[in-house]
Amino acid sequence: MAQFIMIIVSAMFINNFVVVQFLGICPFLGVSKDFKSALGMGLAVTFVMTLTCLITYPIYTLILVPLNIEYMEIIIFIFVIASLVQMIEMALKRFSPTLYNAMGIYLPLITTNCAVLGVAELVIDTKQIAGLIGIATGSMNIGFAVLYGLFAGLGFTLAIVLMSGLREKVARLPINKHLKGFPIAMIVACFIAMAFYVFALI
Amino acid sequence: MKTNFKKIATDGVITQNPTLKLVLGTCPTLALTTMAMNGIYMGLAVTFVLICSNVLISLLRKLIPSQVRIPAFVLIIATFVTLVRLLLDKLLPDAYEVLGLYLPLIVVNCIILARAESFASKNGVIASATDGLFMGIGFTLALTLMGAFREILGAGAVFGITLWNFQIGFFSSSAGSFFTYALFIAIFSLVSSTISKSKRKKLSRLNGENLTAEV
Repeated sequence: MAQFIMIIVSAMFINNFVVVQFLGICPFLGVSKDFKSALGMGLAVTFVMTLTCLITYPIYTLILVPLNIEYMEIIIFIFVIASLVQMIEMALKRFSPTLYNAMGIYLPLITTNCAVLGVAELVIDTKQIAGLIGIATGSMNIGFAVLYGLFAGLGFTLAIVLMSGLREKVARLPINKHLKGFPIAMIVACFIAMAFYVFALI
Repeated sequence: MKTNFKKIATDGVITQNPTLKLVLGTCPTLALTTMAMNGIYMGLAVTFVLICSNVLISLLRKLIPSQVRIPAFVLIIATFVTLVRLLLDKLLPDAYEVLGLYLPLIVVNCIILARAESFASKNGVIASATDGLFMGIGFTLALTLMGAFREILGAGAVFGITLWNFQIGFFSSSAGSFFTYALFIAIFSLVSSTISKSKRKKLSRLNGENLTAEV
Protein backbone atom coordinates (compact mmCIF):
# COMPACT_ATOMS: atom_id res chain seq x y z
CA MET A 1 0.00 0.00 0.00
CA ALA A 2 2.77 2.44 0.93
CA GLN A 3 4.42 1.46 -2.34
CA PHE A 4 1.25 2.33 -4.21
CA ILE A 5 0.99 5.78 -2.64
CA MET A 6 4.68 6.39 -3.30
CA ILE A 7 4.19 5.70 -7.01
CA ILE A 8 1.19 8.04 -7.19
CA VAL A 9 2.94 10.89 -5.40
CA SER A 10 6.20 10.43 -7.30
CA ALA A 11 4.71 10.07 -10.76
CA MET A 12 2.00 12.71 -10.48
CA PHE A 13 3.60 15.37 -8.34
CA ILE A 14 7.27 15.13 -7.38
CA ASN A 15 8.43 14.06 -10.84
CA ASN A 16 5.54 15.52 -12.78
CA PHE A 17 6.16 14.77 -16.43
CA VAL A 18 5.44 18.24 -17.72
CA VAL A 19 6.72 20.80 -15.28
CA VAL A 20 9.56 18.86 -13.65
CA GLN A 21 10.83 16.50 -16.35
CA PHE A 22 9.78 18.65 -19.32
CA LEU A 23 8.20 15.87 -21.32
CA GLY A 24 5.19 16.55 -23.51
CA ILE A 25 5.69 20.31 -23.60
CA CYS A 26 4.33 20.64 -27.16
CA PRO A 27 0.74 19.61 -26.34
CA PHE A 28 1.05 21.34 -22.96
CA LEU A 29 1.57 24.66 -24.75
CA GLY A 30 -0.36 23.89 -27.92
CA VAL A 31 -3.60 22.28 -26.71
CA SER A 32 -4.14 24.18 -23.46
CA LYS A 33 -6.15 27.16 -24.69
CA ASP A 34 -9.45 25.87 -23.31
CA PHE A 35 -10.46 23.48 -20.56
CA LYS A 36 -12.35 20.93 -22.65
CA SER A 37 -9.66 20.22 -25.20
CA ALA A 38 -6.99 20.18 -22.48
CA LEU A 39 -8.91 17.48 -20.60
CA GLY A 40 -9.48 15.47 -23.79
CA MET A 41 -5.80 15.64 -24.70
CA GLY A 42 -4.74 14.75 -21.17
CA LEU A 43 -6.93 11.67 -20.98
CA ALA A 44 -5.96 10.53 -24.47
CA VAL A 45 -2.28 10.81 -23.52
CA THR A 46 -2.86 8.97 -20.22
CA PHE A 47 -4.57 6.12 -22.07
CA VAL A 48 -1.79 5.78 -24.62
CA MET A 49 0.94 6.05 -21.98
CA THR A 50 -0.57 3.26 -19.89
CA LEU A 51 -0.98 0.95 -22.88
CA THR A 52 2.51 1.80 -24.12
CA CYS A 53 4.05 0.72 -20.81
CA LEU A 54 1.98 -2.45 -20.88
CA ILE A 55 3.39 -3.37 -24.30
CA THR A 56 6.91 -1.96 -24.44
CA TYR A 57 8.05 -3.17 -21.01
CA PRO A 58 7.53 -6.89 -21.81
CA ILE A 59 8.97 -6.41 -25.31
CA TYR A 60 12.12 -4.97 -23.78
CA THR A 61 12.57 -7.44 -20.92
CA LEU A 62 11.37 -10.59 -22.68
CA ILE A 63 12.62 -10.07 -26.24
CA LEU A 64 15.29 -7.40 -26.57
CA VAL A 65 17.34 -8.18 -23.45
CA PRO A 66 17.57 -12.00 -23.99
CA LEU A 67 18.51 -11.44 -27.62
CA ASN A 68 21.09 -8.79 -26.69
CA ILE A 69 19.67 -6.21 -29.07
CA GLU A 70 18.83 -3.47 -26.56
CA TYR A 71 20.11 -0.87 -28.99
CA MET A 72 17.03 -1.50 -31.18
CA GLU A 73 14.77 -0.10 -28.45
CA ILE A 74 14.23 3.36 -29.99
CA ILE A 75 13.16 2.03 -33.38
CA ILE A 76 10.94 -0.67 -31.92
CA PHE A 77 9.32 1.61 -29.33
CA ILE A 78 8.45 4.32 -31.83
CA PHE A 79 7.05 1.65 -34.13
CA VAL A 80 4.93 0.19 -31.31
CA ILE A 81 3.64 3.62 -30.28
CA ALA A 82 2.76 4.62 -33.84
CA SER A 83 0.87 1.39 -34.52
CA LEU A 84 -0.80 1.50 -31.10
CA VAL A 85 -2.10 5.01 -31.73
CA GLN A 86 -3.33 3.97 -35.15
CA MET A 87 -5.14 0.93 -33.71
CA ILE A 88 -6.72 2.91 -30.90
CA GLU A 89 -7.98 5.40 -33.43
CA MET A 90 -9.53 2.66 -35.57
CA ALA A 91 -11.02 0.88 -32.55
CA LEU A 92 -12.54 4.06 -31.17
CA LYS A 93 -14.01 4.98 -34.53
CA ARG A 94 -15.59 1.54 -34.79
CA PHE A 95 -16.83 0.94 -31.24
CA SER A 96 -17.24 4.27 -29.50
CA PRO A 97 -18.03 7.23 -31.75
CA THR A 98 -18.65 9.51 -28.74
CA LEU A 99 -15.22 8.83 -27.32
CA TYR A 100 -13.76 9.16 -30.80
CA ASN A 101 -15.31 12.59 -31.18
CA ALA A 102 -13.88 13.66 -27.84
CA MET A 103 -10.39 12.21 -28.23
CA GLY A 104 -10.01 11.50 -31.95
CA ILE A 105 -8.39 14.69 -33.11
CA TYR A 106 -5.65 14.46 -30.47
CA LEU A 107 -4.67 10.90 -31.21
CA PRO A 108 -2.47 11.49 -34.29
CA LEU A 109 -0.59 14.16 -32.33
CA ILE A 110 0.28 11.66 -29.61
CA THR A 111 2.71 9.64 -31.74
CA THR A 112 5.18 12.50 -31.66
CA ASN A 113 4.51 13.36 -28.03
CA CYS A 114 7.71 12.92 -26.09
CA ALA A 115 5.80 12.02 -22.92
CA VAL A 116 4.82 8.67 -24.46
CA LEU A 117 8.25 7.67 -25.75
CA GLY A 118 9.66 9.20 -22.57
CA VAL A 119 7.67 6.93 -20.26
CA ALA A 120 8.57 3.87 -22.34
CA GLU A 121 12.26 4.74 -22.05
CA LEU A 122 11.99 5.67 -18.39
CA VAL A 123 10.40 2.45 -17.12
CA ILE A 124 13.10 0.28 -18.70
CA ASP A 125 15.88 2.36 -17.13
CA THR A 126 15.74 0.19 -14.00
CA LYS A 127 18.20 2.21 -11.95
CA GLN A 128 16.46 5.53 -12.50
CA ILE A 129 12.90 4.30 -12.13
CA ALA A 130 13.74 2.38 -8.95
CA GLY A 131 15.19 5.58 -7.52
CA LEU A 132 12.11 7.58 -8.51
CA ILE A 133 9.54 5.31 -6.91
CA GLY A 134 11.74 4.08 -4.08
CA ILE A 135 11.97 0.31 -4.69
CA ALA A 136 14.93 -2.04 -4.92
CA THR A 137 16.49 -2.13 -8.38
CA GLY A 138 15.74 -5.83 -8.82
CA SER A 139 12.06 -5.71 -7.89
CA MET A 140 10.95 -3.67 -10.90
CA ASN A 141 8.20 -5.46 -12.78
CA ILE A 142 5.46 -4.88 -15.29
CA GLY A 143 2.93 -3.95 -12.60
CA PHE A 144 5.05 -1.02 -11.44
CA ALA A 145 5.71 -0.05 -15.05
CA VAL A 146 2.02 0.13 -15.93
CA LEU A 147 1.12 1.96 -12.71
CA TYR A 148 3.89 4.46 -13.32
CA GLY A 149 2.63 5.01 -16.88
CA LEU A 150 -0.92 5.54 -15.66
CA PHE A 151 -0.06 8.02 -12.92
CA ALA A 152 2.53 9.87 -14.98
CA GLY A 153 -0.25 10.31 -17.54
CA LEU A 154 -2.64 11.58 -14.86
CA GLY A 155 0.10 13.99 -13.77
CA PHE A 156 0.28 15.23 -17.34
CA THR A 157 -3.52 15.66 -17.35
CA LEU A 158 -3.39 17.57 -14.08
CA ALA A 159 -0.75 19.97 -15.40
CA ILE A 160 -2.44 20.59 -18.74
CA VAL A 161 -5.84 21.16 -17.09
CA LEU A 162 -4.35 23.61 -14.58
CA MET A 163 -2.63 25.36 -17.46
CA SER A 164 -5.83 25.67 -19.48
CA GLY A 165 -7.69 27.20 -16.54
CA LEU A 166 -4.99 29.80 -16.01
CA ARG A 167 -4.66 30.55 -19.70
CA GLU A 168 -8.39 31.19 -20.08
CA LYS A 169 -8.02 33.89 -17.43
CA VAL A 170 -4.76 35.31 -18.78
CA ALA A 171 -6.20 35.57 -22.31
CA ARG A 172 -8.49 38.38 -21.12
CA LEU A 173 -5.63 40.56 -19.90
CA PRO A 174 -3.99 43.23 -22.02
CA ILE A 175 -0.56 41.82 -22.87
CA ASN A 176 2.40 43.33 -24.68
CA LYS A 177 2.44 42.02 -28.25
CA HIS A 178 5.90 40.49 -27.91
CA LEU A 179 4.79 38.50 -24.89
CA LYS A 180 1.59 37.21 -26.52
CA GLY A 181 1.34 33.51 -27.36
CA PHE A 182 4.22 31.30 -26.30
CA PRO A 183 6.08 33.65 -23.91
CA ILE A 184 3.05 34.37 -21.73
CA ALA A 185 2.09 30.69 -21.76
CA MET A 186 5.58 29.85 -20.52
CA ILE A 187 5.39 32.44 -17.78
CA VAL A 188 2.12 30.83 -16.64
CA ALA A 189 3.91 27.45 -16.79
CA CYS A 190 6.68 28.98 -14.69
CA PHE A 191 4.20 29.62 -11.87
CA ILE A 192 2.75 26.10 -12.14
CA ALA A 193 6.32 24.77 -11.93
CA MET A 194 6.89 26.81 -8.77
CA ALA A 195 3.76 25.29 -7.24
CA PHE A 196 4.94 21.78 -8.07
CA TYR A 197 8.37 22.57 -6.64
CA VAL A 198 6.80 22.41 -3.18
CA PHE A 199 6.21 18.64 -3.63
CA ALA A 200 9.92 18.08 -4.15
CA LEU A 201 10.50 19.35 -0.61
CA ILE A 202 8.40 16.56 0.94
CA MET B 1 16.84 26.17 -60.15
CA LYS B 2 19.67 27.84 -58.29
CA THR B 3 19.75 27.21 -54.58
CA ASN B 4 19.99 30.30 -52.43
CA PHE B 5 22.44 29.16 -49.75
CA LYS B 6 22.62 32.56 -48.09
CA LYS B 7 18.87 32.52 -47.55
CA ILE B 8 18.96 28.96 -46.15
CA ALA B 9 21.71 30.02 -43.74
CA THR B 10 19.99 33.17 -42.45
CA ASP B 11 16.66 31.34 -42.27
CA GLY B 12 18.13 28.56 -40.15
CA VAL B 13 20.11 30.71 -37.76
CA ILE B 14 18.00 33.87 -37.52
CA THR B 15 14.73 34.46 -39.37
CA GLN B 16 13.34 30.93 -38.95
CA ASN B 17 15.32 29.99 -35.84
CA PRO B 18 13.77 26.69 -34.74
CA THR B 19 13.96 27.42 -31.03
CA LEU B 20 13.25 31.13 -30.75
CA LYS B 21 11.07 31.83 -33.76
CA LEU B 22 9.27 28.57 -34.58
CA VAL B 23 9.28 27.31 -30.94
CA LEU B 24 9.91 23.69 -31.94
CA GLY B 25 11.72 21.06 -29.91
CA THR B 26 10.78 22.70 -26.63
CA CYS B 27 11.28 19.67 -24.36
CA PRO B 28 15.08 19.36 -24.60
CA THR B 29 15.39 23.14 -24.67
CA LEU B 30 13.66 23.49 -21.31
CA ALA B 31 15.26 20.46 -19.75
CA LEU B 32 18.88 20.88 -20.78
CA THR B 33 19.56 24.61 -20.57
CA THR B 34 20.75 24.47 -16.97
CA MET B 35 24.32 24.58 -18.28
CA ALA B 36 25.84 26.05 -21.43
CA MET B 37 27.79 22.87 -22.17
CA ASN B 38 24.58 20.80 -22.31
CA GLY B 39 23.35 23.08 -25.08
CA ILE B 40 26.43 22.28 -27.15
CA TYR B 41 26.11 18.51 -26.59
CA MET B 42 22.41 18.46 -27.42
CA GLY B 43 22.92 20.86 -30.33
CA LEU B 44 25.61 18.67 -31.85
CA ALA B 45 23.53 15.51 -31.52
CA VAL B 46 20.49 17.18 -33.10
CA THR B 47 22.55 18.78 -35.88
CA PHE B 48 24.06 15.42 -36.77
CA VAL B 49 20.65 13.74 -36.94
CA LEU B 50 19.18 16.68 -38.86
CA ILE B 51 21.88 16.64 -41.54
CA CYS B 52 21.80 12.84 -41.96
CA SER B 53 18.02 12.54 -42.03
CA ASN B 54 17.65 15.53 -44.37
CA VAL B 55 20.17 14.03 -46.80
CA LEU B 56 18.62 10.56 -46.77
CA ILE B 57 15.04 11.83 -47.02
CA SER B 58 16.00 14.15 -49.84
CA LEU B 59 17.65 11.24 -51.68
CA LEU B 60 14.60 9.03 -51.20
CA ARG B 61 11.98 11.74 -51.72
CA LYS B 62 10.89 10.40 -55.12
CA LEU B 63 10.75 6.79 -53.88
CA ILE B 64 8.68 7.23 -50.71
CA PRO B 65 4.93 7.18 -51.46
CA SER B 66 3.32 10.23 -49.90
CA GLN B 67 0.73 8.20 -47.91
CA VAL B 68 3.40 6.48 -45.82
CA ARG B 69 5.92 9.32 -45.75
CA ILE B 70 5.51 10.20 -42.05
CA PRO B 71 6.19 6.63 -40.75
CA ALA B 72 9.07 6.39 -43.23
CA PHE B 73 10.56 9.68 -41.96
CA VAL B 74 10.19 8.61 -38.34
CA LEU B 75 11.91 5.30 -39.09
CA ILE B 76 14.82 7.07 -40.81
CA ILE B 77 15.16 9.52 -37.92
CA ALA B 78 14.99 6.72 -35.33
CA THR B 79 17.81 4.91 -37.13
CA PHE B 80 20.09 7.92 -36.98
CA VAL B 81 19.20 8.61 -33.35
CA THR B 82 20.17 5.03 -32.49
CA LEU B 83 23.46 5.61 -34.31
CA VAL B 84 24.14 8.85 -32.40
CA ARG B 85 23.34 7.11 -29.14
CA LEU B 86 25.80 4.31 -29.80
CA LEU B 87 28.47 6.77 -30.96
CA LEU B 88 28.08 9.07 -27.95
CA ASP B 89 28.13 6.14 -25.54
CA LYS B 90 31.55 5.18 -26.90
CA LEU B 91 33.11 8.54 -27.77
CA LEU B 92 31.66 11.06 -25.30
CA PRO B 93 30.40 9.23 -22.20
CA ASP B 94 30.02 12.59 -20.40
CA ALA B 95 27.57 13.81 -23.01
CA TYR B 96 25.74 10.48 -22.97
CA GLU B 97 25.32 10.78 -19.21
CA VAL B 98 24.10 14.40 -19.31
CA LEU B 99 21.64 13.96 -22.18
CA GLY B 100 20.24 10.75 -20.65
CA LEU B 101 16.56 10.36 -21.41
CA TYR B 102 16.56 13.27 -23.85
CA LEU B 103 18.88 11.48 -26.28
CA PRO B 104 16.34 8.85 -27.44
CA LEU B 105 13.72 11.58 -27.41
CA ILE B 106 15.44 13.31 -30.35
CA VAL B 107 13.27 10.93 -32.42
CA VAL B 108 10.15 12.87 -31.48
CA ASN B 109 11.84 16.27 -31.65
CA CYS B 110 9.54 18.30 -33.87
CA ILE B 111 12.40 20.24 -35.51
CA ILE B 112 13.67 17.18 -37.35
CA LEU B 113 10.29 15.96 -38.56
CA ALA B 114 9.31 19.52 -39.51
CA ARG B 115 12.44 19.99 -41.64
CA ALA B 116 11.97 16.57 -43.23
CA GLU B 117 8.37 17.39 -44.12
CA SER B 118 8.73 21.03 -45.15
CA PHE B 119 12.22 21.10 -46.66
CA ALA B 120 14.02 17.82 -47.34
CA SER B 121 11.05 16.16 -49.03
CA LYS B 122 10.88 19.03 -51.54
CA ASN B 123 14.51 20.03 -52.15
CA GLY B 124 17.76 18.61 -53.51
CA VAL B 125 20.42 16.81 -51.48
CA ILE B 126 22.91 19.67 -51.11
CA ALA B 127 20.25 22.24 -50.24
CA SER B 128 18.77 19.82 -47.66
CA ALA B 129 22.16 19.16 -46.08
CA THR B 130 22.78 22.92 -45.83
CA ASP B 131 19.35 23.43 -44.33
CA GLY B 132 20.04 20.71 -41.77
CA LEU B 133 23.39 22.24 -40.89
CA PHE B 134 22.09 25.77 -40.36
CA MET B 135 18.89 24.73 -38.58
CA GLY B 136 21.17 22.70 -36.31
CA ILE B 137 23.45 25.69 -35.75
CA GLY B 138 20.43 27.87 -34.97
CA PHE B 139 19.21 25.33 -32.42
CA THR B 140 22.68 24.91 -30.88
CA LEU B 141 23.23 28.67 -30.60
CA ALA B 142 19.86 29.28 -28.96
CA LEU B 143 20.36 26.42 -26.48
CA THR B 144 23.90 27.45 -25.63
CA LEU B 145 22.96 31.11 -25.11
CA MET B 146 20.04 30.18 -22.86
CA GLY B 147 22.24 27.67 -21.07
CA ALA B 148 24.93 30.31 -20.49
CA PHE B 149 22.34 32.81 -19.21
CA ARG B 150 20.90 30.31 -16.73
CA GLU B 151 24.29 29.01 -15.69
CA ILE B 152 25.66 32.51 -15.03
CA LEU B 153 22.65 33.56 -12.95
CA GLY B 154 21.82 30.21 -11.40
CA ALA B 155 25.27 28.84 -10.62
CA GLY B 156 27.60 31.83 -11.03
CA ALA B 157 29.57 29.98 -13.66
CA VAL B 158 29.78 29.54 -17.42
CA PHE B 159 30.91 26.34 -19.19
CA GLY B 160 31.73 25.00 -15.73
CA ILE B 161 34.16 27.83 -14.91
CA THR B 162 33.16 29.67 -11.74
CA LEU B 163 32.84 33.41 -12.23
CA TRP B 164 31.70 34.65 -8.84
CA ASN B 165 30.03 33.47 -5.70
CA PHE B 166 26.61 34.87 -6.51
CA GLN B 167 23.73 32.53 -7.29
CA ILE B 168 20.01 32.91 -7.86
CA GLY B 169 18.54 29.44 -7.30
CA PHE B 170 15.40 30.33 -9.27
CA PHE B 171 17.27 30.20 -12.57
CA SER B 172 18.53 26.67 -12.07
CA SER B 173 15.05 25.40 -11.09
CA SER B 174 12.40 24.18 -13.53
CA ALA B 175 10.39 27.39 -13.06
CA GLY B 176 13.43 29.42 -14.08
CA SER B 177 13.67 27.32 -17.20
CA PHE B 178 10.20 28.35 -18.38
CA PHE B 179 10.90 31.96 -17.41
CA THR B 180 14.20 32.09 -19.32
CA TYR B 181 12.64 30.60 -22.43
CA ALA B 182 9.76 33.10 -22.31
CA LEU B 183 12.24 35.95 -21.86
CA PHE B 184 14.37 34.84 -24.81
CA ILE B 185 11.40 34.45 -27.18
CA ALA B 186 10.05 37.87 -26.20
CA ILE B 187 13.45 39.58 -26.62
CA PHE B 188 13.99 37.81 -29.94
CA SER B 189 10.60 38.96 -31.19
CA LEU B 190 11.24 42.52 -29.96
CA VAL B 191 14.68 42.75 -31.61
CA SER B 192 13.59 41.23 -34.90
CA SER B 193 10.54 43.49 -35.18
CA THR B 194 12.67 46.56 -34.38
CA ILE B 195 15.21 45.58 -37.03
CA SER B 196 12.61 44.91 -39.70
CA LYS B 197 10.90 48.23 -38.87
CA SER B 198 14.13 50.20 -39.25
CA LYS B 199 14.87 48.37 -42.48
CA ARG B 200 11.47 49.29 -43.84
CA LYS B 201 12.05 52.92 -42.85
CA LYS B 202 15.38 52.99 -44.66
CA LEU B 203 13.86 51.38 -47.72
CA SER B 204 10.97 53.78 -47.92
CA ARG B 205 13.35 56.73 -47.48
CA LEU B 206 15.44 55.43 -50.35
CA ASN B 207 12.38 55.11 -52.52
CA GLY B 208 11.30 58.61 -51.55
CA GLU B 209 7.95 57.36 -50.37
CA ASN B 210 5.85 58.94 -47.74
CA LEU B 211 6.57 57.16 -44.49
CA THR B 212 3.29 57.96 -42.80
CA ALA B 213 1.34 56.59 -45.73
CA GLU B 214 2.94 53.21 -45.23
CA VAL B 215 2.41 53.10 -41.51
